[in-house]
Amino acid sequence: MVKPIHIKIGVASCGIAAGAGEIFDVAQEIIKQNDIVGYVTKTACIGMCFAEPLLEISYEGEESIIYSKVQKDEVEKIILGFYNQKIVDKNILLTSYTNELADKASEQETLNFQKRIVLQNCGIINPESIDEYIENKGYKALQKVLNEYSQNQVIDQITTSGLRGRGGAGFPTGLKWKLAKDSRPGEKKYIICNADEGDPGAFMDRSVLEGDPHAVIEGMIIAAYAIGADEGYIYVRAEYPLAIKHLQIAIHEAYEMHFLGQTIMGHNFNFDLHIKEGAGAFVCGEETALIASIEGKRGMPSIRPPYPAQSGLFGQPTNINNVETFANIARIILMGSENFAKLGYNKSKGTKVFALAGKIKKSGLVEVPMGITLRDIIFKIGGGMKTDSPFKAVQMGGPSGGCIPEALLDTKVDYESINQTGAIMGSGGMVVMDNTTCMVDVARFFLAFTQKESCGKCTFCRVGTKRMLEILTRITEGKGELSDIDLLEELAENITQSSLCGLGQTAPNPVLTTLKYFRQEYEAHIIHKKCPAKVCKALISYNIITDNCVGCTACAKVCPVGCISGEIKKPHIIDQNKCIKCGACMNACKFKAIEIN
Amino acid sequence: MLLTEETLDNLYDKYSKSKGFLIPLLQEAQQIEGYLSKEIMQKISHRFNLKIADIYGVATFYSMFRLKPQGQHTIKICKGTACHVSGADLIISAVKNCLKLQTDEDTSSDNLFTVSEVACLGCCSLAPAMMIDDKTYGNLSPDKASAIVEELKQKFSK
Repeated sequence: MVKPIHIKIGVASCGIAAGAGEIFDVAQEIIKQNDIVGYVTKTACIGMCFAEPLLEISYEGEESIIYSKVQKDEVEKIILGFYNQKIVDKNILLTSYTNELADKASEQETLNFQKRIVLQNCGIINPESIDEYIENKGYKALQKVLNEYSQNQVIDQITTSGLRGRGGAGFPTGLKWKLAKDSRPGEKKYIICNADEGDPGAFMDRSVLEGDPHAVIEGMIIAAYAIGADEGYIYVRAEYPLAIKHLQIAIHEAYEMHFLGQTIMGHNFNFDLHIKEGAGAFVCGEETALIASIEGKRGMPSIRPPYPAQSGLFGQPTNINNVETFANIARIILMGSENFAKLGYNKSKGTKVFALAGKIKKSGLVEVPMGITLRDIIFKIGGGMKTDSPFKAVQMGGPSGGCIPEALLDTKVDYESINQTGAIMGSGGMVVMDNTTCMVDVARFFLAFTQKESCGKCTFCRVGTKRMLEILTRITEGKGELSDIDLLEELAENITQSSLCGLGQTAPNPVLTTLKYFRQEYEAHIIHKKCPAKVCKALISYNIITDNCVGCTACAKVCPVGCISGEIKKPHIIDQNKCIKCGACMNACKFKAIEIN
Repeated sequence: MLLTEETLDNLYDKYSKSKGFLIPLLQEAQQIEGYLSKEIMQKISHRFNLKIADIYGVATFYSMFRLKPQGQHTIKICKGTACHVSGADLIISAVKNCLKLQTDEDTSSDNLFTVSEVACLGCCSLAPAMMIDDKTYGNLSPDKASAIVEELKQKFSK
């Protein structure tokens, strides 16, 4: 008997925005219309966001083909082609076939550079189905832990694996658990999952929660067992509605299957799990601020000690880990901590998930073994630059991180090596920049962010970031002086030393790294009053190249302030006094007749 | 719709016994009028026996709470790093232009849309991006963004 055809559509946030929802409906319609024995299911993000929407097709449980950039009108051809054994061989992204189709799969090779532990289920299973998670060894690690390990043995396993916090700071997870376990024995304890992914430019946590929510939940249950907690919270950003929905479904199903609740899997172990929606405050990514927020207060950090392990949520011992850290736990238990520790480099073990974005060709999510170079990630996996403009810098670690220049691209990915560049590993956002990005503007962008998000508790963070932002704004407006650079450096040092939490301590990093590697750009703004990347509005002007202008009036029509004049079929002129430099004319011009000076 | 005594009682039964309820309570209360009016905060303060300063403190701390009336639909334009380097500013001016908003205005005169800038929607691979109500739109250009808003404007004003 022929097996039914199984079609999977990737409907994570990124897929939906690219039109995957419609592809899902069309695929269902086609199966029905043509009386094909088969079904369509949802999966999440396989990480290749640049190729969305994706359609995967196979006979149930057999080799599959994943098509990229699927258009609505191509769905029928793909499905019928597969059904009639005339496989469409265009736009194949990946395949598990080993015949000539494999040669046509565009991403088959780049996948070899990756090592998927955290992302192993993402884009493969249906995140709304606990059965599919269980079929892929789901909750096996929990079973093993409850049957075979004592609390200390679990902690030993995690310690031996060398796993360090994936939220950015890289604190050893095993040690963190041990501190929480040994703190105030016999008292009520909490587990918290920090899913307040606020770094602009990072979306690893969103993809993992959308694509494999049970992996995070299983990791949390194991952690709860290890430290002796009976209640937990997942603190998720409200901006991630799909992640919240998938978590709600997953938690409900986990309760029904007795992985959560009372006497879990027949053992004398209870654990209740709740979702707490964030209300929009970046500082809540800091653990003490996050705890205050769960308690219903303003999310302001408090002085440590006491650490959360001593006195955390509602004054009880609490252990907080990031999404990716929890997603590693069950995998470590199953693969063995020694095997996990074999992966990686120096003191950084295992893999790291990165979100590639910006001016890179293949933006999306990748998981690589620690120790790979930045160059390999960006050029071999990410496919290099999207535009003709050459690589200029990669921003790592968001507002707490920094910009790494071309010369340092052979830096290996591990916590210590990245720190040496002045950036940080961070949670894993990597935004690639080319020559059209102004580094002073980027520094100003991050300072504007941290200044807005500073909770206001520490004076240096509250006032210092404001002063730094004013100076940077002044420089981008062409009103800077050379002494401003010294002032920036002095403020940076003071803010770093006098702030209570990570937000303030790292806020100056984007400025310090751009000053270190791109000082000439600051000087160009200050001395020559020029923005080399042609970004800073006060230092540029839009002009019409008379020879190229055919007088089509397209620019004049779109100009919001009406500053472009001229007769039809004759070259136009921009009134520089009225121009607001919005760039609308340049977008509208089809004859490349507008330039920036 | 206003916060009636009955709704207030329901909220009280639902939240007063749980720990750390203030934020989810305010999130739900905000749904009633689309924002947290002074009256709503006063009623909550009275019913839950909380200081109004504590409520106001929380409401002003988190960006999700709105203290002014909002349009019926929200447009969140992403200002994350990837969107910033891909021209988010141009998208913001295109959308504001389309809704005829001045620089310091955020709600259209027909009360249909409120525009806000958000830190990151987590769709960096689709930069620049925006979210209208619960739907995300990616790979925008100023023209594409205006066209989307224009189309929804026609649809919603019917």
